[in-house]
Amino acid sequence: MKLTNYLTLFAVLFAIVGSACTQSNNNNGALGGSAAEKVYVAPGEQDEFYAFLSGGYSGNLTVYGLPSGRLLKEIPVFSQFPTSGYGYSEETQPLLNTSHGFIPWDDLHHPDISQTNGELDGRWIFANGNNTPRIARISLETFETQEIIEIPNSAGNHSSSFITENTEYVVAGTRFSVPVPQRDMSIDEYKSNFKGAVSFVEVNEETGHMDLSFQIMMPGFNYDLGHPGRGESHGWFFFTTYNTEEANTLLEVNASQNDKDFIAAINWKKAEEYIAQGKFTTMKTEYAHNVYDESTHTGTSTMKKEVRVLDPTELPGLVYFLPTPKSPHGVDVDPSGEYIVGAGKLSASLTVHSFSNMMEAIETENFEGEAYGIPILNYENIVAGVVESAGLGPLHTEFDGRGNAYTTFFISSEVVKWELGSWEVIDRKPTYYSVGHLMIPGGNSRKPFGKYVVAMNKITKDRYLPTGPEMEHSAQLYDISGEKMELLLDFPTHGEPHYAAGAPAELIAPRSKKFYELEENNHPYAVKSESETRVERDGKTVHVYMTTIRSHFAPDNIEGIKVGDVVYFHITNLEQDFDVPHGVAMIGANTSELLIMPGQTKTFRWDPDRVGVWPFYCTDFCSALHQEMQGYVRVSPANSNIGLSWSLDGE
Amino acid sequence: MIASSLLILGLFIFPMWNILLKAPQYPDGIGMDIWINKIVGTNPNDIQNINLMNHYVGMDPIPTEMAEFVVFPWVIGIMSAIGLGIGLIRKRKLFLVWFVIMSVLGGIGLYDFYSWEYKYGHNLNPRAPIKVPGQSYQPPVFGYKKILNFEAYSYPSTGAYFLFTGMFGSVVAYFVDKKEEEDDEA
Repeated sequence: MKLTNYLTLFAVLFAIVGSACTQSNNNNGALGGSAAEKVYVAPGEQDEFYAFLSGGYSGNLTVYGLPSGRLLKEIPVFSQFPTSGYGYSEETQPLLNTSHGFIPWDDLHHPDISQTNGELDGRWIFANGNNTPRIARISLETFETQEIIEIPNSAGNHSSSFITENTEYVVAGTRFSVPVPQRDMSIDEYKSNFKGAVSFVEVNEETGHMDLSFQIMMPGFNYDLGHPGRGESHGWFFFTTYNTEEANTLLEVNASQNDKDFIAAINWKKAEEYIAQGKFTTMKTEYAHNVYDESTHTGTSTMKKEVRVLDPTELPGLVYFLPTPKSPHGVDVDPSGEYIVGAGKLSASLTVHSFSNMMEAIETENFEGEAYGIPILNYENIVAGVVESAGLGPLHTEFDGRGNAYTTFFISSEVVKWELGSWEVIDRKPTYYSVGHLMIPGGNSRKPFGKYVVAMNKITKDRYLPTGPEMEHSAQLYDISGEKMELLLDFPTHGEPHYAAGAPAELIAPRSKKFYELEENNHPYAVKSESETRVERDGKTVHVYMTTIRSHFAPDNIEGIKVGDVVYFHITNLEQDFDVPHGVAMIGANTSELLIMPGQTKTFRWDPDRVGVWPFYCTDFCSALHQEMQGYVRVSPANSNIGLSWSLDGE
Repeated sequence: MIASSLLILGLFIFPMWNILLKAPQYPDGIGMDIWINKIVGTNPNDIQNINLMNHYVGMDPIPTEMAEFVVFPWVIGIMSAIGLGIGLIRKRKLFLVWFVIMSVLGGIGLYDFYSWEYKYGHNLNPRAPIKVPGQSYQPPVFGYKKILNFEAYSYPSTGAYFLFTGMFGSVVAYFVDKKEEEDDEA
């Protein structure tokens, strides 16, 4: 039996490799002509779509233009970023605070753009930190991280940060189950003792502020990915699981034994009812909630102490398990909300469940068993169809809004287009190489913009000029407007893009902020004119109230600083024009430079450790006299009695 | 004639003149709107940004106070009142007198504008960081001029069109009134 299976796999593999070869040859002809025109954005012209690619282990989010594949920006989220001073400035350090202290890095996986009525609204983009569980919210007006909330009782925040169709919640499911609460216990006692928390973080409709509303304490499986219901299935959230075997060692073998794992269907509207009825327990815990205030240009970190927990084994109707073959990875819901696509990553086929079948099975209590008191629905009753032998190692699916789905296959390295309802494969195109996620702008919403799909690959090899052992990852752009997909473009991507989110440019570009109004700057150390600049001493702490405008600092000569002082430079950029930042760097400062946007105030700390006269300068080529934009600080011995003085041009 | 007198009051509601500066770094342009009593940016921060550019070559900041800002509103106000009076008593020949006085005043105004621009463009701080021998930065009174990397456009704005229409209207009023009288006589 096993031998036959292998033979079938090989047959499929050969078929795919064969077809890939012939197709890539065909494509070469097309690349010379129309493909080039389709991705050519002439100098001075702008792209049609924004694409936000996760940076994976870079901890950040990159912004690309489509169809050109041009990198527009890297937005620092979970990682310190000397380019802007994010995570180094006094104002942004609190954003990276956690219950474990300051953590200047994370593994950013799944960006998701806010939605209203299931359609992209382009207000915010959410992103998860996988390593030290966190969710960030980034403004799409300023393209800056505005908020980060830590997720307690969680580990490996992988099935995150997906949002419900009115951005009611952003979710966080734990990939690693852990003891809850954490305690000293034998790892061998994993089974039935470890728990998997699935968190629902409420998003304020006006401000976007996040609040951990409740956690559902699930059995100790691995919660891999999730997607919300939409339309009829709005109110449900679907999470894939693997390791329903509850193995705690050599998972590659031990977690691959069950023929089927589960998609967990969580009725979050029901959860809200249970919360309203008080059927939760309040658990002591600790997690950081960090908020950046755009008016004070300052972040604050608050430690939260408790969380409301729901027990699905005690609360009927809250969770059902949908048996799904072969350790499903991606779970994707079609634009109508009826089809729930489970990608069994160890299989050659895709399983599609029907939401209406699921509801009928729940009503008639057609269960094939239970796990920890949670009903397991009958596979035969809920399945809508199977896309047979579509490829090897299916991972993720997006939709074009015209009744088609596009699934990535990691092992056979391809994107496969298939039709919802008939479950027939329509087209397949190779990717270079071993594709993970794919993204169609709006492709996980009710209204996809089905013109392009971006495939994000894990292996680059020979696609670009070699750059030593480490290569950037590679993405491919395909035109999906026709019956057959057409490969248009390769472009390198930064870090390791997992998921991505995209939106039409006109949804976001018109609201993009050009600069901060100086009048609205409420930073406690801001100064609004050069006449207010000054230096103040408070014991060993010195505050420098400094301004920048083309092409000088005010003040630019400071004396009276002593060895052992702690000096805070609070720098306000007085410019009020688009794209005129100034930078600042101080010799020997143990932080990064700062890049200060017009109207903004940022602070860096300097600990002068030796006597001398030390220069500082503008790091951004701001103007014709940028090289002249510099100043000096005189540092005297600790016992010196030289008083503070400061000046600009002798005044 | 009454309409003419009221039209020139449009100068209180709309800017008189506009100077627009374009450069590669300013694809949308930055500019100043010249009113009879003030100079403001075409966009909220344009004056600050023009001053920032200009300080490199040693030009003075755009003035916030000028004698003209006080005198011009009085002149326009008084001329409007006189025009109104003439209109009411319907002394036809005075229509033309009013037009001639307005034209003279307008000429003086334009000359004043030119001499301010001349001073603004030629009176350079000798300590300026950027000195281009022989270069002046006087914007055109009317039309287009290339000034280093900037392209300067100077044209009448809405308020000026109210003024021109008002002035032209007084002449029209003269002839219409004259024709009516002749028709009556005939």
